[in-house]
Amino acid sequence: MSVQTAIASETTGTVSQATTFEPVIIGFTCNWCSYRAADLAGTARTKYPPNVRLIRLMCSGRLDPTFVLKAFAEGADAVLLTGCHPGECHYIEQNYKALRRYRLLRRTLEGMGIEPARIQLVWASAAEGVRLAGEIARVTEEVRALGPLNWPKDLLAEVDGVDLEAAWAATGGDSGDPPPESDANPDAASEATR
Amino acid sequence: MSPSAKPKLAIFGAASCGGCDVAIVNIHEHIVDVANAFDIVLWPTVMDGKYSDIEALADGEIAVTLVSGSMRTDETIHLARLLRRKSQFMVSFGSCAGEGCIPGLANLSSRQEILDTAFSTPSTDNPEGLRPSWEFGAAEGVLHLPEFEPLLRTLDQVVDVDYTIPGCPPESGQIWAALEAVVKALNGTGPLPPKGSVLGAGESTVCDECGRKRDVKKIGRFVRIQQVAEIDPELCLLEQGLPCNGPATRSGCGALCPAASAPCIGCYGAAPGVIDYGARLMSAFASVVDATEPAEIDRVLDGIADPVGQFYRFSLAGSLLRSGRSAWQSDGE
Amino acid sequence: MNGNGHSPVEGAAPVPGEGEIRIGVYVCHCGSNIAGTVDVVEVARWAAEALKDQGVVVAREYKFMCSSPGQELITDDIRNLGLNRIVVAACSPHLHENTFRTATARAGLNPYLCELVSVREQDSWVHTDRAAATAKAKAILAGGVERVRRNAPLDAITVDINPATLVVGGGIAGIQAALEIADAGFPVYLVEKDPSIGGHMAQFDKTFPTLDCAACILTPRMVSAGTHPNITLMTWSEVTHVDGFVGNFTATIRKKARYVDADLCTGCGVCAEKCPKKVIDEVYEAGLGYRKAIYTPFDQAVPRTPVIDRENCTYFEKGTCKACEKFCEADAIRFDQQDEEVTIKVGNIIMATGYELFDARRIAQYGYGRLPNVFTSLEFERLSNSAGPTNGRIVLRDGVTEPKTVGVIHCVGSRDRNFNNYCSAICCMQSLKFAHLVKEHTGATVYNFYIDMRTTAKAYDEFYQRVMEEGTLFVRGKPAEVTEAGRLPGEEGKIIVQVEDTLAGRQRRIPVDMVVLSVGLQPRADAKELATRLGISCSSDGWAIEKHPKLDPVATMTEGVFIAGCVSGPKDIPSSVAQGAAAAARVLGRIQQKQMNLEPIKASVHPDNCSGCRICNTMCPYNAISFLEAEGVSSINAAMCQGCGTCVAACPAGAISGTGFSNEQVLAQIEGLLMVGSDGTPLKRAVFPEAHPHGNGHRQPDAVEEAVQA
Repeated sequence: MSVQTAIASETTGTVSQATTFEPVIIGFTCNWCSYRAADLAGTARTKYPPNVRLIRLMCSGRLDPTFVLKAFAEGADAVLLTGCHPGECHYIEQNYKALRRYRLLRRTLEGMGIEPARIQLVWASAAEGVRLAGEIARVTEEVRALGPLNWPKDLLAEVDGVDLEAAWAATGGDSGDPPPESDANPDAASEATR
Repeated sequence: MSPSAKPKLAIFGAASCGGCDVAIVNIHEHIVDVANAFDIVLWPTVMDGKYSDIEALADGEIAVTLVSGSMRTDETIHLARLLRRKSQFMVSFGSCAGEGCIPGLANLSSRQEILDTAFSTPSTDNPEGLRPSWEFGAAEGVLHLPEFEPLLRTLDQVVDVDYTIPGCPPESGQIWAALEAVVKALNGTGPLPPKGSVLGAGESTVCDECGRKRDVKKIGRFVRIQQVAEIDPELCLLEQGLPCNGPATRSGCGALCPAASAPCIGCYGAAPGVIDYGARLMSAFASVVDATEPAEIDRVLDGIADPVGQFYRFSLAGSLLRSGRSAWQSDGE
Repeated sequence: MNGNGHSPVEGAAPVPGEGEIRIGVYVCHCGSNIAGTVDVVEVARWAAEALKDQGVVVAREYKFMCSSPGQELITDDIRNLGLNRIVVAACSPHLHENTFRTATARAGLNPYLCELVSVREQDSWVHTDRAAATAKAKAILAGGVERVRRNAPLDAITVDINPATLVVGGGIAGIQAALEIADAGFPVYLVEKDPSIGGHMAQFDKTFPTLDCAACILTPRMVSAGTHPNITLMTWSEVTHVDGFVGNFTATIRKKARYVDADLCTGCGVCAEKCPKKVIDEVYEAGLGYRKAIYTPFDQAVPRTPVIDRENCTYFEKGTCKACEKFCEADAIRFDQQDEEVTIKVGNIIMATGYELFDARRIAQYGYGRLPNVFTSLEFERLSNSAGPTNGRIVLRDGVTEPKTVGVIHCVGSRDRNFNNYCSAICCMQSLKFAHLVKEHTGATVYNFYIDMRTTAKAYDEFYQRVMEEGTLFVRGKPAEVTEAGRLPGEEGKIIVQVEDTLAGRQRRIPVDMVVLSVGLQPRADAKELATRLGISCSSDGWAIEKHPKLDPVATMTEGVFIAGCVSGPKDIPSSVAQGAAAAARVLGRIQQKQMNLEPIKASVHPDNCSGCRICNTMCPYNAISFLEAEGVSSINAAMCQGCGTCVAACPAGAISGTGFSNEQVLAQIEGLLMVGSDGTPLKRAVFPEAHPHGNGHRQPDAVEEAVQA
């Protein structure tokens, strides 16, 4: 089923019809395990798709659902949460809190129309660079298959240089007054608009 | 209107239920003080007045405008902007203006779905499937009716807001306190609150005003109030499994609902500085679930039957995402 | 925003006192490590232009930012251009964050106003498409720039270092560490779970490659540790709880009841002699010998004070006997003794709790536990040991017969995907040692069944050559089975090792009298729990994780807690000793400095915004959060806060903020990261639909609009 936004734009700038959709994914890592795993993947020159942009937190327990919502609101197609394996958190047990927040976020976002596969959780220890790279590749392909999310921003708040009032007035919308060519009773019209 | 030395006050209800107006009137005899202190130039619920009168005013001539209700039609957007131009201080009054309130939940549906729900229910007699339209050709001429925006917006998403009074509705005592402060500021007998301040509310959350006894939180289950045979009148409602939004909801209401054993539903909006109310509440509830295995966590969370409603009942339109996906993504609307 | 106004808690105010934000951006080539894939010149050029509104005043690119001239670019610009924020796009913060922060501080700017973002480990090294990698570098840089705008100047926190040290585990590594610190003049608490220190080494016969008698080289150390004026020895004790942070730990030790008064006991041993209750010694003698219900684990035990095994003591079972009490001339027996809890304050902790052995019963086809003459390596050590249950005679399970042929199997439970994937490091040398000892004691024919021969350290390979020259037979192959089902001539009464001899290229059935399984090393079953108590992590294998596998093998991610010996992975005695000494040296360095700087990443509660809901109270594993009943708010002890930020995220009122990783910083970083799309141009965004697009006055058609009625 194809879906279009009412006013939508492409997510890629190139012109070719055959352009593949490149998801933009925000990933949260923890300083002790998953960030080090990402570093290890780098040191080992493991290759993976360039679609995930990582943020380093001290712990997955720092993951505030606000961050996930912000990422979606700013245009991310998906969010990847990562951290130490349960039982191995550098701060003992904080990844359990991250896990619980993730479970709740997922179902709430689903209620708002965001597919569960757009928010994923991967545990990775500092030694699992190759594995993390593999998971990033997997998530990238899953999100690619889902297509862009492209959550809109609000043009209404951002229109500048356009005389909104003039545009409104041209439609005759003020106070129920008819547009210049009409001779309707202004008071009757204003009754109707209340 | 004859010119007056008193500062001008406008009270406008956009897409609202009228409850905010009732709450203002509910300040009882203080309403006389309000009438004495201000020259009310617009209050459609209570007195006569025309938009053209507002247009005729100079920019900034209205000292204070209270806008309740949300920005649902292009008329309300237009009037919000008009009043903004004509006002010195713009106050977002009540939950609808502040964060969308209950009408904001309509942002979970597309405009088409909303219109269909309203105009094609089993009991609606609408055989031709008519829908409201923007133009209507009456005998007297073409009428332009307010267009129903595909998305409901809060006041500050449309105009620059100076102050906010939260609540659904704001508690009348708080309304009077806020109005009194504004009067004093205009008189020069009191300080002008910094721009962006929230008036008529506390600096903390509902728990601060709630008299229930609190302990550390370890939630093993969430239940709906109908499922509880007896509610302990002394103990924190959240600890009893009732998802009470008090911890994330701005204080100022006096914790009236928890005092009556009703879990707080969040009408006073977010705590100071919070940008997404639902996120705070989700984080708090999830953090204290007493489970570590995903299956067990899910079982506990199943107790919240409608997460979007639980976490964004009042705040959806003002949240980071603002809406559900259907509101802006549809098949060929 | 939902119109709820700003406050210092989650609001976006820039650093007070700073006027304009002036950011310097530095993109490192790192030779060709970054520049080979990312167009660093383009990234710098783009930053200067596209991030000007964010406050970027200068953007440079340079071959090696971490070099002196590279760092000078930063310090010069801070002084000459009045920069008050720095972003370096280079390698991982784990490598050079400190380098650039120090450079920033040298130029007079608070070091925490400098951010390092990785475009190497996270970009140039892992991607191949130049355009995509360059676009991602721009995004990463923008994220760093947006973040750094919200960085606040922070001051490192200084803490005092308590000169006392806690060493957990009294094996060779723990003893070494304790002696080094004690010899340097500082107090040490040495806590050991067993009744005596010594660890596994005390059970061995000879140690490779020198064939030193284990007890001979170990016991002098044990005695030193037991008599050292600076060492408080607590055996038969466990660490039950640890609170605090580096320099200021408080540990609770449970000293289990020995039922013997250690101050009065002379260690004469009469109690054990007279005790009528014999128990199989599963621990020290590996189940091959007996001890009494009141016992010291071995003759050279330190301390010499015996313990009563309550579960097997007649007095505790039935209320009778009391032979030990009767015969004790020092009147040291105390049946009413209770466990004692002791609280100590230390500055540093060394965990040296060693290993346990793989349970050979798990490999059913090797027959351990079923076939009597299949032995584990530890059992063999006890047989070979002249102080062991057979007085040093290597005999079969009947206790009498010497074997004529012995098979030693390497890698039992190691290098095995079904059990433990890793190599246990010591088993090849140990198996060669067994071969030598068997020959020495019995003259038997010995077969060693190996996969590879791992004899890497000093004098190890020479030892292998010696054992070869002694006539040991080597079969390269992992045995499939050890069975007593003989079917060929010469196999009756023997156990048969069925193996593929990969060098000869054929299957072999080798009849032997005795099989010794060189079982692998494993983390102790309780290691993870103890590690958690000490505040450190273990890998999924269960071994304690070191701070860096190559460059920092004795430190952990937790400041103030060190590891030494096999707790972090299998290793031989020289390595364990070296690590014990290394950990001690690190601790001594800290003690000597008397104070230490900590990263100022801390959470704090804003009491005005806190409602006392107490949701944060269960968020802290370090117990840094308490509830103040009188004030009705929660409060965080900054000294105990480890900076994980979990409480910051959990607070429903947003009343807890965290330095270093504040909401403002992270939210800004998200915005920056999403500034560019995958092609390097601004991310294409959709817009919310409007009924009346005020931008152009053109009305959108309504699909179900009725025709206008005229």
